[in-house]
Amino acid sequence: MNIHEYQAKQLLKGFGAPVAEGVAIMSVDEAEGAAKSLPGPLYVVKSQIHAGGRGKGKFKELGPDAKGGVRLAKSVEEAVAHSRDMLGNTLVTKQTGDAGKQVNRLYIEDGADIDRELYLSILVDRTVGQVAFVVSTEGGMDIEAVAEETPEKIITVAIDPDAGVTADDVAKLNAALKLDGDAAEDGKTLFPALYKAFVEKDMSLLEVNPLIVMENGRLRVLDAKVSFDGNALFRHDDIKALRDETEEDAKEIEASKWDLAYVALDGNIGCMVNGAGLAMATMDIIKLYGKEPANFCDVGGGASKEKVAAAFKIITADPRVEGILVNIFGGIMKCDVIAEGVVAAVKEVGLKVPLVVRLEGTNVELGKKILNESGLAITAADDLDDAAKKIVAAIEG
Amino acid sequence: MSILIDKNTKVLVQGLTGKTGTFHTEQALAYHGTQMVGGIHPKKGGENWSGAKGETLPIFSSVAEGRERTGATASVVYVPPAGAADAIIEAIEAEMELIVCITEGIPVMDMVKVKARLDKSKSRLIGPNCPGLVTPDECKIGIMPGSIFRKGSVGVVSRSGTLTYEAVFQTSNEGLGQTTAVGIGGDPVKGTEFIDILEMFLADDATESIIMIGEIGGSAEEDAAQFIKDEAKKGRAKPMAGFIAGRTAPPGRTMGHAGAVISGGKGGAEDKIAAMESAGIKVSPSPARLGKTLVEAIKG
Repeated sequence: MNIHEYQAKQLLKGFGAPVAEGVAIMSVDEAEGAAKSLPGPLYVVKSQIHAGGRGKGKFKELGPDAKGGVRLAKSVEEAVAHSRDMLGNTLVTKQTGDAGKQVNRLYIEDGADIDRELYLSILVDRTVGQVAFVVSTEGGMDIEAVAEETPEKIITVAIDPDAGVTADDVAKLNAALKLDGDAAEDGKTLFPALYKAFVEKDMSLLEVNPLIVMENGRLRVLDAKVSFDGNALFRHDDIKALRDETEEDAKEIEASKWDLAYVALDGNIGCMVNGAGLAMATMDIIKLYGKEPANFCDVGGGASKEKVAAAFKIITADPRVEGILVNIFGGIMKCDVIAEGVVAAVKEVGLKVPLVVRLEGTNVELGKKILNESGLAITAADDLDDAAKKIVAAIEG
Repeated sequence: MSILIDKNTKVLVQGLTGKTGTFHTEQALAYHGTQMVGGIHPKKGGENWSGAKGETLPIFSSVAEGRERTGATASVVYVPPAGAADAIIEAIEAEMELIVCITEGIPVMDMVKVKARLDKSKSRLIGPNCPGLVTPDECKIGIMPGSIFRKGSVGVVSRSGTLTYEAVFQTSNEGLGQTTAVGIGGDPVKGTEFIDILEMFLADDATESIIMIGEIGGSAEEDAAQFIKDEAKKGRAKPMAGFIAGRTAPPGRTMGHAGAVISGGKGGAEDKIAAMESAGIKVSPSPARLGKTLVEAIKG
């Protein structure tokens, strides 16, 4: 689960991280009051969407010469003007795709005098199974580009979970970021504070890009991107309350209510599969035969007839779907349960596109019998190859 | 021969009294008499568990007690996500040789704690978020369907449950059969990686060929490919086929498995396929051709 920058900063501030003063707004009316409540005379007006690259992004409605999604203002009036320009418009960045994202929230923040921009993130390093800091002196830019061009400028420091952030770790991080004086002193409290926030709140990513050294020599968290481990949300009601559903795909929200693993994609063959690996492989084989999948959907190992029906309805409700491939290798999942769910869903919402079903494994004969006797126009397939060929042929035919 | 488990393996069940634990314990007992020897429940020690067909097993109040009373060396964990890490740690502290965690959805931070304890122990953990492992006609731990297995010569190792079934089913249909099939699980932090299992398959005389199924996310497949390359230079090599799921997955999205995500430009399918092919592993473009691809690899 992702949250907005302003929410991330409030959270980190609670752990003692230095952030600027700022106010989040959802309407232009609030802009003047928000700016006036800050020290000034420099303000930054920042679009709050769940995507990176906002500064270099462009608003669809404003033309190519307009400024991006993060803007500097030198007066309250200018901050208000920027707010009017940005709120409600669609920001396209390299992470949003061509459709862009509507900006419904802005964050007006006190400006800072920047001396140096650094990069810092915390993540779980899966090769060692430990939480690790990833830092670089090359902040404020695309870290993937830094990793590509100058990988030696990215330094990783893994943290022993029993010891936490030690003085030795802090020294390594300060050295990697070339921090001294007040900034190095700030590092002594900032690094353990960020680690504590990461662990206590079950984050999966905490990215500060940039972390800045200000002209007064102190550190400040200038931007913050935080994602949480969805599997740990059950113990964090405070984090769940920060969810902004307007940032998510409607089909994915519906799927999450049924505990379905579903990801909306751009193609036109809908898939319903059991198991994450097989679901990905099903997408891959559709592509192998020249078409694109409309979604990833794993109904899981022990789905009920109702859950299967819900998944089928979400897939058929997508107007881009021109054909559906159901691929089940029943282990725990019984083929007859899948068949019953599909039949129930089709009876309720109808079937306007070709449907190919491949069943294998537990109770396969019973499942096939249910589909055959349903009287529905379902094409049966022998194996995954056969299934992919048949659905591709059906939508081309 | 086989790896990790055989007909002599005695298994305890943590989470036996739940619906999932009960169902799969019944299945395991019915699978060539897998030696399921007891369950663990902190408050029900001394009671008995009963299956649908009248099977009974003793319940012990701790893993340590269960181990002492039964001589079990393995434990399988079906405990729900919130308590699963503690269950694994209990099994580590009871010095179980093999711990298999089926549970999906354990918080990553809990697994970081487990990993720290695991690294200081002699226990091997398979999983979590895995289908378990099967040595055909001898022992079944976990949730794989027993009917698709056939005793034979292929070692199967996979990050995905249902793709393991595909590999097993297809190698059975090719008449090859399996020595042991191991699902290592789809989580980012787990007990056992490809390299650990590949080492065992290379060392196992009965395993004549290997199927390795990976997916997007992390670099375990690249590490495994390097390992296979290095071992081949020492003269240790067996015919191998492989598959990587997620060629069409978009970056930054988690595809069902918590560990299946391309992040920061890393963990994509093409890099993994290239690494595996450079190590001499024949990578199938289609998940429907795993068995046939292995047959081609064996023929050279």
